[in-house]
Amino acid sequence: MQNRHQIIKKILPCLLSIFIATSLISCSEQKNEASSKLNQEYPPESGGTLVDAMSGEPSGLIAMMAGESSASAIASNIFNSLLKYDKNLELTGELAKSWDVSADQKTITFHLKPNLKWADGKPLTSADVLFTWQTVTNDNTRSPYGADYKLVKKAEAPDANTFKVTYAQPYAPALDSWSGLHVLPKHLLEDQDINNTPFSRHPVGSHYYQLDQWKKGESISLKRNPNASQGQAKIDRLVSRIIPDRAAQFLELMADNIDSMSLNSIQYARIFPARPDLTNKIAQYKELGNSYTYLGFNLKRKPFNDVRVRQAINYAIDKQEIIDGVLLGLGLPVASPYKPGTRWSNPKLQPYPYNPQKAITLLKAAGFEDHDHDGILDRDGQPLSFEILTNQNKEREMSAVLVQRRLKEIGIDVKIRVVEWATFISRFIKTGDFNVVLLGWGLGLEPDQFNIWHSSQQAPGQFNFIGYNNPKVDMLLETGRTELNPDKRMKIYHQFAEILLEDSPVVYLFAGYGLPAMHKRVKGIDDPAPPAGIGHNAYEWYIPTPLRRNEMSAE
Amino acid sequence: MLKYLLNRLFWMVPLLVGISLISFLIMHLAPGDITSTEASFNPKTSEESRQKLRELYNLDKPVIVQYGLWLKRMSTLDFGHSFASHQSPVFWQETDKDGNVTKGMIQEALPITLLINVLSLILIIGIALPLGVISALTQNKLPDRSITIFVFIGFAIPSFWLALMLMYWTGVSHNWLPISGLHSLGADKLSWFSQALDTLKHLTLPILISGLTGLAGISLFVRNGMLDVLHQDYITTARAKGLPENTVIYKHALRNALLPLITIFGLSIPGLIGGSVIAESIFAIPGMGKLFYDAVLMRDFPVIMGILTIGSALTLVGNLLADLAYAWADPRVRKGVAQ
Repeated sequence: MQNRHQIIKKILPCLLSIFIATSLISCSEQKNEASSKLNQEYPPESGGTLVDAMSGEPSGLIAMMAGESSASAIASNIFNSLLKYDKNLELTGELAKSWDVSADQKTITFHLKPNLKWADGKPLTSADVLFTWQTVTNDNTRSPYGADYKLVKKAEAPDANTFKVTYAQPYAPALDSWSGLHVLPKHLLEDQDINNTPFSRHPVGSHYYQLDQWKKGESISLKRNPNASQGQAKIDRLVSRIIPDRAAQFLELMADNIDSMSLNSIQYARIFPARPDLTNKIAQYKELGNSYTYLGFNLKRKPFNDVRVRQAINYAIDKQEIIDGVLLGLGLPVASPYKPGTRWSNPKLQPYPYNPQKAITLLKAAGFEDHDHDGILDRDGQPLSFEILTNQNKEREMSAVLVQRRLKEIGIDVKIRVVEWATFISRFIKTGDFNVVLLGWGLGLEPDQFNIWHSSQQAPGQFNFIGYNNPKVDMLLETGRTELNPDKRMKIYHQFAEILLEDSPVVYLFAGYGLPAMHKRVKGIDDPAPPAGIGHNAYEWYIPTPLRRNEMSAE
Repeated sequence: MLKYLLNRLFWMVPLLVGISLISFLIMHLAPGDITSTEASFNPKTSEESRQKLRELYNLDKPVIVQYGLWLKRMSTLDFGHSFASHQSPVFWQETDKDGNVTKGMIQEALPITLLINVLSLILIIGIALPLGVISALTQNKLPDRSITIFVFIGFAIPSFWLALMLMYWTGVSHNWLPISGLHSLGADKLSWFSQALDTLKHLTLPILISGLTGLAGISLFVRNGMLDVLHQDYITTARAKGLPENTVIYKHALRNALLPLITIFGLSIPGLIGGSVIAESIFAIPGMGKLFYDAVLMRDFPVIMGILTIGSALTLVGNLLADLAYAWADPRVRKGVAQ
């Protein structure tokens, strides 16, 4: 008895360890098998469901009324515009087959593609485009986006496939503005009040997808639109789940409940490399971001009205350090307010290098020296000391701290103040009551930045709140607005960016990458991403049948 | 009794007006309005159109005039329409001329929050009562000490952290429970029973988390109430009469110890409609907490005021109910009220 007991005691651990080892092996074999299945090549086929996550819920799906990014993200799968940006961010036709600009550059004629249809089967004609223009410019429409379209002096639809707009003066951003206006169906909205029409929750469009189901606060499902104006997308259904918390989104991605989300830099650069189980099944992409972060000076105040002080601060800040520290290297330094690598970005321009010595020399030339030996530079008894104001945004707060440290090294005393957004805008930006702000601007696809840099745009509530005023830049911005020839425009904006960099009214800090993650079951994605990002050919993505998620069915 | 009730109800009206006035003023003390959101900070928008919006929403008028307009609307129980959410009705659904129904924002958010809060309140009572009684009976001994430590840990633990850990453990490491949301995708194709089961699975963690944090208060309350009562003379009398210990504890002591809980439940009625922002964000539950938080960030005044008004009305009603229940449960109070 005793003996047998001991034998069992000895054998049991061995058996156990063998069992564990084999189960581990089979487990890893299973994983390898699964990941090799994911990495195989599959022919394109249609069908399947793509599930992604978004942080906010749209208030409605009429983009000109809603304004949130979540609304335009969903609505751009449902509605078409006249024009769109292609993968290299050049304008091309969407509903329009082509467009002509008249010799005096004041009239643009759009020729619609033939036989366009709404998802409900009704024909889509220039009357719909005209109706959309009338809606967005109507004074009763509660949309903040009317300004661009109100410049149209006359809009007409001479026949079903032609839409013609005439401006009082040539207006170059017009083409971009027509790429941003979703065309709405006249037959469904004609006798509705656009401000509270139920259409915004039950939209009918002409793009690849149409609304299938909207579960308030939970998810929005789209299904393929059989009458799609741009051909048929491969994936049958798109489901966007509303998950406000990024950490919860990430857990859902890990548990394979969603296929795609946009990562933050820690998830991208720290968590993924440490988790082979994740990299086996999820692909990471890197695309040019849509915005840049800058340090902007109040140019109406001393000492920021002195270009030497601004340049000195620019030289004193190590942009690469901020990119490495805040974005874990996942960003680019920029030297102009345009997407690097696109037509409008001037390839000759380089960001100010990190050069504290030069900064000190420039400040000395401006009269700033440490006369009282307290470690802080001063001029006329006034120490060089200011407050950086920013809103509650982790990246901006962390950047401000790095800026503070570098500026302290050359003897500038910086304090940081973080305020909530609405307070920030109404209490500080509108009143112009700030010294230095740390904020972001979009890296627009349309080069016109009249509203941000022209000296006439400084009234409270307008966007040149830093008070930039340079007659030469004003002149360039005015000419750029009236020049519709892309090559001539390019020269104008290259020169504009050069002066802007030299003047340094803002210090460009960085442009972060967009970091989408996508389950490897989704095939057909361009890697590396073209300038327009991976989403440009989303209609060609496909999910091979063997890799599809098990859909829940009646039990 | 009826007179007392009518009297109390009558005085609620000026109280509510006072509360709403103060809320309205405080809300307008925060800088900014619906036109200063992050989305409107876009060079494609113009200041003129923002000014136009301000006029449309009467935001250009003095605060006291805006309050008057709001009060006038409220007097017909019209909660108004949201600024931010495409003119959705704030409180209850509306039908337009074509028969399309637009659901009210509170109407949509309230049921789920109520469900979670009621279930977690039941969970709290179900656990806290026995814990409190055991604690009191074993005062300063091992069970009492360990229960106290347990409930305090539950109280002190950051709920968002615990939530994430549990989500990882039960949702990612093991496939036991869904991670977030209210329904699985495609759940509407399932049978009624599977759907209910699915929702219950989704609600398990949120209820558990909100229950754990509420445990400490109630269980300590029960414990202290019990201890107070156990030292009363009538308990000694009951024991002296030779009553069995169980009868003494559950019939004589516990029932008296539970009296103060009525007040607590009365006060928790308004809490039933308030959700936790953190829990709702993490678990992706479209409830009242998230609705209110987003409304504050967007400066969506009609929604803020709608929730505050309903909340304060419920607080007053809760107080009244607590007083009435007290009178019902405690003869001493009942006689005082009748006089």
